Amino acid sequence: MSPSSKDRLLVWVLRACAGLSGAIVLLIAVFLVLESLPALRNVGFARFFSDPSWHPARYAADGAYNLAPMLAGTLLAMAGAVALATPLGFCAALFCHFYAPPGLARACRRLIELLAGIPSVVYGFWGLVTLVPLLNKVQPPGASLLAGILILALMILPTIALMADGALANVPAEYLRGAAALGLSRSATIVGVVFPAAKSGLFTGVILETGRAAGETMALLMVCGNVVQVPKSLFDPMRTLTANIALEMGYALGDHRSALFVSGLVLLALIVALAAAAEWLSKGRVYE
Amino acid sequence: MSRGRAADRLLALAVWVSVLAVAAVFFWILGSLLWSGMGRVTWAFLTTAPRDAGRAGGIGPILVSTLLILGVCMAVSLPLGLGAAVLLSEFAEAGSLFGRAVRRSLDVLAGVPSIVFGLFGTALFCQALGLGYSIFAGGLTLACMVLPILIRATEEGFRSAPSEYRRAAAALGMSRASALWHVLLPAAAPGLLVGLVLGMGRALAETAALLFTSGYVDRMPESLLDSARALSIHIYDLSMNVTGGDPNACATAVVLVALLLAVNGLAAWMTGRWLSRRVLPA
Amino acid sequence: MSGTDGSTFLRMENLGLAYHGKPALEGVDLEIRRGAITALIGPSGCGKTSLLTCVNRLIDLVPGARAKGKVEFQGRDVLDPRADLFALRKRIGMLFQRPNPFPLSIRRNLELPLREHGLRDRAELAATVERTLRDVALWDEVKDRLEKPALALSGGQQQRLCLARALALEPEAMLMDEPCSALDPLASGAVEDLIVSLRGRVTVLIVTHNLAQARRIADDVALLWLQDGVGRLIERGPAAAFFAQPKEEITRAYLSGERG
Repeated sequence: MSPSSKDRLLVWVLRACAGLSGAIVLLIAVFLVLESLPALRNVGFARFFSDPSWHPARYAADGAYNLAPMLAGTLLAMAGAVALATPLGFCAALFCHFYAPPGLARACRRLIELLAGIPSVVYGFWGLVTLVPLLNKVQPPGASLLAGILILALMILPTIALMADGALANVPAEYLRGAAALGLSRSATIVGVVFPAAKSGLFTGVILETGRAAGETMALLMVCGNVVQVPKSLFDPMRTLTANIALEMGYALGDHRSALFVSGLVLLALIVALAAAAEWLSKGRVYE
Repeated sequence: MSRGRAADRLLALAVWVSVLAVAAVFFWILGSLLWSGMGRVTWAFLTTAPRDAGRAGGIGPILVSTLLILGVCMAVSLPLGLGAAVLLSEFAEAGSLFGRAVRRSLDVLAGVPSIVFGLFGTALFCQALGLGYSIFAGGLTLACMVLPILIRATEEGFRSAPSEYRRAAAALGMSRASALWHVLLPAAAPGLLVGLVLGMGRALAETAALLFTSGYVDRMPESLLDSARALSIHIYDLSMNVTGGDPNACATAVVLVALLLAVNGLAAWMTGRWLSRRVLPA
Repeated sequence: MSGTDGSTFLRMENLGLAYHGKPALEGVDLEIRRGAITALIGPSGCGKTSLLTCVNRLIDLVPGARAKGKVEFQGRDVLDPRADLFALRKRIGMLFQRPNPFPLSIRRNLELPLREHGLRDRAELAATVERTLRDVALWDEVKDRLEKPALALSGGQQQRLCLARALALEPEAMLMDEPCSALDPLASGAVEDLIVSLRGRVTVLIVTHNLAQARRIADDVALLWLQDGVGRLIERGPAAAFFAQPKEEITRAYLSGERG
C-alpha cells in the first residue's frame, strides 16, 4: 500500500472511531425517546404530573403515573446535598491552598482523590448499616430525605473540593501579591480577591456537581426508604427518579416500562441543561 | 485592623473545623468498613462460590464476572477511544465542525447519569441487539460510559508528545500512519495507560448501569452471553435484598475498595513517573 | 567550485507564503545549483525557515499557512496539491535546528525511515546503518550501543544521527535549518565539516545566522530581509562575489554589521 493511501485509510478509520464515540450521546437520546413513545402516547405528558399517584401498570388505562413526587425527591436531595457540600468543599480547597502546610496539603489532596474514587454503592452501604440506624434513634424510620442528603453530600464533596482546588490554583499569583502588598488580611484576600477571580471556575464546578447529584442512583436507593411521596420533613422517607428506575426496571412491562424511560429522559434533559449552563458560564471566564 | 484579625480567626476556624469534620467522617467510613469487613476477607472468601444467597461462602464467581465485564468494556472502548483521541489530537479536523461536534458530545456523555446508561444499555444491547442480560451487554454499556475518560487522557498523552517528532517523521517522508504507530504512540503510551486505569476504576465502581444489563446471577459464568453479577451489584443485593447479608456485603466492599485503591494508586504512580519523564530534555 | 556542474537543481518563482492570510514572504525568485551549498542568510524573523519548509512542503503541517507561486523541481511544481509528498521528502531530506531523534534506539532511528521506504532485507538494513553512521563519523562512537536510546546521546551526536538518518534515504538534496546553532562549538565544527563533505554529492540549502559560517562553507548566498513586515529576497549570487562586492546597500550594511 502506498503511504498516501495508507494515510487516507487511517483517517477514515479514525473518523469512524470518533464518529461512533460522538454518536453515543445521540444514540442514547434516540433510544430513550423511542422507548418513551408508547407511554407518551398512551399516558400523555400531562398525566405524569396530574395523576393521583404512582401505581404504574402494563396498560396505561389501568395505572396511575405521577412522577412529580419522585422528581421532587430528586430535586430536594440534590439541593440539600449541594447546599451542604459546596461550603465544605470550598473550605477543603481553601485549606489546601492557604491554611495547610505543604506536606499536609498534599496529603489532604491525596485523601480527597482517594475519596472521589470510592464507589457510590459503598457509600450507600455505609449509610444503610451505620447512618440510617443512627437517624432511626433520633426519629424513625431513619431511612429518609436527610439520610439521602448526608450521603449524597459526602459523595459529591471530594469532586467539589477537587474542582474548587483547580479553580483556586488558576488565580494569578500577582493578585495574591497585590493583595499582600496592600496589607489585606487573609480573610479579606480570600473573600475580596480570590473568590471573585475564581468565580466562574467555582460556579462551573458547583453546576457539574449538581448534575452528578441529580443523576446519583445507588446511594439514594439504599438510604432514602423509597416510599413514593413528597417528604414533608427531613425525616420522611422518599424515592428519587433514579431509584425508581433501578427498583422497577427489572420487572416493568409495557407502558410501565416505557414510563421509566420517560423518567430517564427527564433526567437526561436536566443534565444537558446543567451542562449547557456550565458551558455558558465557563465562556464568560475572565482568564484561561 | 482588629476587625480584620477577628474575621481572619473566624475564617480559619471555619476552614479547620470543616476540614477536620469531613476528614473524621471519611475515616469513620473507611475505618468501620475495614473493622467489620477485613476479618472475613480470606483466600477462601475470594475463591469460593457464594452460598445461601450470599450470606455464606465467598465471591469467587463474582470476581471472575467482574473481571470479564471489565475485559469486554476495555476491549471495546480502548480501540474506539484511541482512534477518536488520535483524530481529535493529531489531525487538523479537531477544529472542524465534525471535531467540535464530537468533542461537545463527549463532554455531554461524561455527565450522563449511570442509570441512564443502564436504560440505554438494556434497550440497545439487551433488546435491540438481542444480547439479553449478559456480560457482553454489561461490558458494552460500561464501554460507552468510560469512553469520555479514556479519550480525554489519551488526547492529553498525544498532546504531550513533542511536535519535533511529527516534523522529523514528515521530513523523512514517513506516512502519518507510520509516524503515529512507530513514534507517537509509544510517546503517548503513558497518557493512554493513565486513561485506561482511570476508565477501569470508573467501570469497577459502577453499579446502576449494570443492574439491568449484566444482571444478578451469581453463578460462575460459562460464556460471555451469560448473565453475571459484578462486585458492586453483589454489595447492593446483599445489603438490600438479603437479610443477614451485611457481613459478606461489607467484606465484598473491602475487596472492591482495595481493588479501586490499587487501580488509583497505579494511575497516580504512572502519572508521576510520566510527569518526571517529561521534565527531562526531549 | 568543486563538484558543482552548474545545472539548476531547483527553481523558485515568485514564491510567497502567508499565515492566516497575512503575508510572511513574497516574490522570491531563487535558483539552486545542483551539488552546491547555498546559504540563506538574513536577520531573524525574515522568513528563512519558512522558505526552507516550502521546498519539502513541511509547511503543510502548520495550520493556516498557505504558499503561492512555484517551486520547480525536476520539471514539476512542488506546491501542486497532487504532488507525492512522501517521494518528495525522501528525495529532499531535512535537518532541523534542534536535533530531533525519535525516542527509540539508535538503530531503530535509522531503520524506521528505511523500512518505511520499502527496504526490508535485514543484511541490507544493517549495512546501510553502518555505512551512514560511518558517513557522519558516528560509527566508532556508537557501534557498541546501537540498541541504546538515541536520546541518551549528546546534542552533537544526536544531530549527526539525524543527519545520518536523512542521508540513509540517499536524498538528492538536504534542507538545513541552522543545524549548528543549538550545539557547542566543538560539536558545531564537526557537523559543519560533515556538511562541507556533502558538496558535490548532495545539494544543500542551509539557513544560517552565522555569517562566518556562510563565508566558510557556501558556494552561493542569498540574503532575505524584512521589508514592511514581509520577507523578501534582496540579493543572491556566488559567495565570493556576494561577500566581496555586494550590489545592494542593505547587503553591504548587513555584512558590515551596521544592520540586522
